[in-house]
Amino acid sequence: MSNPGKLITSSSELDLDRPNIEDYLPSGSSIQEPHGKLRLRDLLDISPTLTEAAGAIVDDSFTRCFKSNPPEPWNWNIYLFPLWCCGVLFRYGILFPSRVLVLTIGWIIFLSSYIPVHFLLKGHDKLRKKLERSLVELICSFFVASWTGVVKYHGPRPSMRPKQVFVANHTSMIDFIILEQMTAFSVIMQKHPGWVGLLQSTILESLGCIWFNRSESKDREIVAKKLREHVQGADNNPLLIFPEGTCVNNHYTVMFKKGAFELGCTVCPIAIKYNKIFVDAFWNSRKQSFTMHLLQLMTSWAVVCDVWVRDIISVRAGLKKVPWDGYLKYSRPSPKHRERK
Amino acid sequence: MGNASSMLTQYDIEEVQRHCHNLFSQQEIVSLYKRFCQLDRNAKGFISADEFLSVPEFAMNPLSQRLLKMVDGLNFKDFVAFLSAFSAKASLEQKVGLIFKVYDSDGNGKVSFNDILEVLQDLSGSFMSDEQRQQVLCQVLKEAGYTRESYLMLDDFIKVFGHFGLKMEVEVPVD
Repeated sequence: MSNPGKLITSSSELDLDRPNIEDYLPSGSSIQEPHGKLRLRDLLDISPTLTEAAGAIVDDSFTRCFKSNPPEPWNWNIYLFPLWCCGVLFRYGILFPSRVLVLTIGWIIFLSSYIPVHFLLKGHDKLRKKLERSLVELICSFFVASWTGVVKYHGPRPSMRPKQVFVANHTSMIDFIILEQMTAFSVIMQKHPGWVGLLQSTILESLGCIWFNRSESKDREIVAKKLREHVQGADNNPLLIFPEGTCVNNHYTVMFKKGAFELGCTVCPIAIKYNKIFVDAFWNSRKQSFTMHLLQLMTSWAVVCDVWVRDIISVRAGLKKVPWDGYLKYSRPSPKHRERK
Repeated sequence: MGNASSMLTQYDIEEVQRHCHNLFSQQEIVSLYKRFCQLDRNAKGFISADEFLSVPEFAMNPLSQRLLKMVDGLNFKDFVAFLSAFSAKASLEQKVGLIFKVYDSDGNGKVSFNDILEVLQDLSGSFMSDEQRQQVLCQVLKEAGYTRESYLMLDDFIKVFGHFGLKMEVEVPVD
């Protein structure tokens, strides 16, 4: 965090987004109206405020959204432990190498088709884009296969239509890959360092993806403009936005940033829910890099998830709502909010 | 207690329990330890002000700065002792004692008119003018038998809260 201890003033966006706090208070604890005479005892009584503060110290709903929930250990008795050991051997010894093989083959096929298409078909944009789209869908399928991904899609396939955006909840970067396998979306993402950044600048560029930088405030206007241009164009791929702004652990959704909803288009929701029995797909970007995360997925049994298109997010996928702005993960609430309280 | 280890021994649990006068059960202490480790990101053995402020519900509390002065840099034992005032088993004196400490920001053992005014300011912010606050406080103090120049001690606080008791409890989630 760049400014320890200092409050970074968030934009006025958060002010307008303020939810009706009554919705989230437990029933019965609504703000009480004073009755009768004001006594010294009432004036001095700061216990409700102190109780809230202590309650937040002891447990708070925001930290819970980003907590990796470790799986319950089930392998601790004498019958299951050897089975588990065999499982480990199988996963690391057999599954992992074959998956790496599949992925390598996939990359070879992809690169050997993509590079020629990209350079030789420079003049024929429409055909080139169509081929590039199918190739990206292909490599994503390879990725998904490399984790033995079992993805069930429910609902209509998103099509290319102007003035339409798709919003989805965000658990890990693989959300993008899973959805990309279904349809070649253009997505708006944070620019990453390393090999991911390289992929972003080359291949994803051809899909018409949009980059942003969280730490630059001017960036917002530029990105908003790019978004608007993108949705107007009929030729562009359908735009996918993750409005939570950050990865959440798939048990909760945090408040959406409203940019996706201000573009003046129809918004179609997509919900992704991972089955934790197979693997916990939450990418805790503070705890591990993306490479480690991918390796962890490749040494698990499978990634099983459900993707719902066009159903109401959060109610359908069994996720709980939390009244916090996901960006609070990166900065502090502004003093304006404290005064309001 | 190890400052870098995240292992809490039975001996440690009992020591912490004694330090907080048995106001928390052993399971609650274990839960609080998990929470302490969660907040203390780099396992330094205490939670810094910055880390407390990373909890949005705490940062948005109007009394957060005052409480921060009291909890900043506490090790686990003192952290539990601080929170023990919020245990259901805590006595009225212990709860009032914490409230008194919040008012008595300079720690001189007495709460002045201005001390109370400052806390009221934190709580009411821009909803009341300074003048209104002073007027209300003067009036209420007079009715309770004090004056503007009075200093309130801990005993006065206990007397004021004594009649109706005080509800100031936090439940420690136990898995």
